Amino acid sequence: MHELLTPKSGEKHLLLGNEAIVRGALEGNVRFVAAYPGTPSSEIIDRFYQIGPDAGVYVEYSVNEKISVETAGAAAVSGVRSLCSMKHVGLNVAADAFMTLAYVGVKAGMVMVVADDPSLHSSQNEQDNRYYAKMGNVPMLEPTTPEEARKMTLEALKISETFQIPCMLRTTTRVNHCRGPVTLGDLPTDAPSGEFKKDPFNLVVIPMVGRKLRLALLEKVAKLQEEADRSPFNFTEGQGKWGIITSGVSYLYVKDAVRDLGIEDKVKILKLGFTFPHPKGLIRNFLEGLDKLLVVEELEPFLEEAVRMTAQEAGLPVEVAGKGAQLIPRAFELDAVKVKRALQSFFGVSYEPPQVFAVPQLPMRPPNLCPGCPHRATYYSVKKVFGEDAIYPSDIGCYTLGVLPPLKMADFLICMGSGVSSSGGFSKVLDQPVVSFIGDSTFFHSGITGLVNAVSHDHRFLLVIMDNGTTAMTGHQPHPGIELTPQGKITPKVSLENLVRGCGVERVFTVNPLQVQKTQDVLQNLRESMKEPGVSVLISKSPCPLYENRMLHKKTKVVFQVDASSCDLCKRCLTELGCPAFVWERSASGQECIRINESLCSGCSVCSQICKSIKPKRVGEGKGGNE
Amino acid sequence: MTQAKEAFKAMRIFFTGVGGQGTLLATRLVGEAALEEGLSVAMSEIHGMAQRGGVVESSVVVGDVFSPTIPDGEADILMAFEPLEAVRALPKCNPKTMVISSTIPLVPFTVATGQSTYPDVEELRKMTEEKVGRLLWVDAMALAKQAGSDRASNIVMVGILAGTGCLPISKQSWQGALKKILPGRILEVNRKAFELGFKAGEESGK
Ligand code: SF4
Ligand code: SF4
Repeated sequence: MHELLTPKSGEKHLLLGNEAIVRGALEGNVRFVAAYPGTPSSEIIDRFYQIGPDAGVYVEYSVNEKISVETAGAAAVSGVRSLCSMKHVGLNVAADAFMTLAYVGVKAGMVMVVADDPSLHSSQNEQDNRYYAKMGNVPMLEPTTPEEARKMTLEALKISETFQIPCMLRTTTRVNHCRGPVTLGDLPTDAPSGEFKKDPFNLVVIPMVGRKLRLALLEKVAKLQEEADRSPFNFTEGQGKWGIITSGVSYLYVKDAVRDLGIEDKVKILKLGFTFPHPKGLIRNFLEGLDKLLVVEELEPFLEEAVRMTAQEAGLPVEVAGKGAQLIPRAFELDAVKVKRALQSFFGVSYEPPQVFAVPQLPMRPPNLCPGCPHRATYYSVKKVFGEDAIYPSDIGCYTLGVLPPLKMADFLICMGSGVSSSGGFSKVLDQPVVSFIGDSTFFHSGITGLVNAVSHDHRFLLVIMDNGTTAMTGHQPHPGIELTPQGKITPKVSLENLVRGCGVERVFTVNPLQVQKTQDVLQNLRESMKEPGVSVLISKSPCPLYENRMLHKKTKVVFQVDASSCDLCKRCLTELGCPAFVWERSASGQECIRINESLCSGCSVCSQICKSIKPKRVGEGKGGNE
Repeated sequence: MTQAKEAFKAMRIFFTGVGGQGTLLATRLVGEAALEEGLSVAMSEIHGMAQRGGVVESSVVVGDVFSPTIPDGEADILMAFEPLEAVRALPKCNPKTMVISSTIPLVPFTVATGQSTYPDVEELRKMTEEKVGRLLWVDAMALAKQAGSDRASNIVMVGILAGTGCLPISKQSWQGALKKILPGRILEVNRKAFELGFKAGEESGK
């Protein structure tokens, strides 16, 4: 049985924050889960997918975040508790649904987990999604530890159901991917069945309904404000004339900092967990009698603004600070040392920050497309045919790594799906050829609308859909076009090629990028035909080898080797293809040579098609691919 | 000798390695053993692009500390699964830090393509030794092979950490944690790897 389905309450398990959220949702009787994966939120939907059938929970990988909010919202409107999860930028995609679902509300509890990524560990920006809660007038809880994540998931469901509005559970990477002890609660056994009561004058947002709901929403927020003032997730600690207000993981940094500085007897801490609506009454009481107050939070001055406003409204003379020079930085994650420095400077306490060792310049170790990744082969061939001066808009996925040398095949990227739509813009104002890249999962997520737009406006570019049969970047989640499952090969539910043709594209070709010459021939043809206006599409189709190994337990039978006697050291394999299995060496005597690391080579054969000195070699049983 | 639990305050252990080395599993093992022992524990991992040959960093804090992450200069122990990465992580350390590092280089792709050169391993050792309190520079790969799998170096390394006795975690709790997180078919090899590491760790203190 899966750890998360342990029926016994009271047991302690070491869970990831994301797993704790799953457990909390199960204990809260969530029966409907929908999400599109995105780091750092992906394990939530992944764990649900693993245990869904045993837990009696319907789980779907939606094609994008907007759809996940809409489907989960429908379940909750029908009386079934639901959850959807997304990374911070996912809420931008879902924002349309989010803003109005807040008006329409829900009947059963619905929790929206939104995972911010301070320091951009795996994201394109660093946005503070707490402002979405404020803009949408939606209640928000911010957990600090995995244990709190479990409890707050339960509480979020309760708040949502009581006030009939979705509740946001806002996390950050250090909560999602922190592992800590979690005490399990009971799992419910009853499964409610859905029931929908028709009520168009509350559920169909034509303007007259929307106006009424807008007023109702504002009333809800006022009531939620009182709820926030009472919430046990907002509490004070300690005594003193100096105050600190904090939330989320920052609270832990504050605790360490205050203790390390030995100012426990001088500082009062207000730890906020229910952060929107701002618990203004509580903040006001906390501010009274304080000389100085520092707000310690990551990213934007979200709480700081609320605190300043509260102080001003109450006419309190307390000195408030937060973001600012020498204080709490606005960019990137905090840590205990950053907080100690801020306390030192704001409260004037003494602190000797650690001397940090300098390190000489070391070789970089950037992430890389895996050996045998078909994306590398696609990039190689496109570059051969279209050269350096074509414009290459890209998109979000493993293939974004093609930006790195030696491939350097990404020129513009802002968000999921932007590769397709921006290509249309480039093609209208530039004379160079435009070749755009997008992955299969991203194409389903938000590439289709861009393609429809491009077709209808006669944009002139080549769209390369890199179809590796999975959502590789976030951990190999399925999508509507998958052909490989643990059971073997299946016919995909949605055929990419038919879909593209259905959008009105006439020049559609499918190639296997591991066949280098054939791929280049097709590309050459496409290049010629691009003299005519309109969109061309190349579906470059070959499974992600990691995923294929995992699904089909395929073993590598052949690896490739450089024949040193015929290698003329042109280094094209390194400078043009750059498979990480290649090793360039110089012996003590200064002799150069190029080898292939047998344990890394996955046998894709691409290098052997571009260089005659590279030859296959059979390997014995037991080499299990590159995973 | 294993630390007495009563005298123990806290330990911040920073892990660094290369994607595919099992850094996160090793981190987990330390965390589970601490939990098994009844110590308070928090871990932090960074998932994401790291699997594709990049650097993987994680941390475990055991005892009376709240922050799950370790700021620069505040690691008590650095566990480096690769010597170049040991040096890259030196900013996490201070003059008292104990470093346990594997000696076997994994050449970054930038080196393999000739864009940069891999520093001399002996130089890396010296750079580390000069700065930190104590350095255990061990060929974890050799011990892993001896145990029966070159993929078990990560467990060898945790064995060494356990063997030094700087954490108040009993042998029994370590074994319980191993059993808990490793699937049956690879448990035996990893047990051996842990034992070989443990002995090396014990002997290092003599
Ligand atoms: S995970 Fe798959 S798609 Fe991603 S880089 Fe590796 S081989 Fe390519
Ligand atoms: S066959 Fe060549 S390109 Fe393919 S993985 Fe092996 S070394 Fe890399």
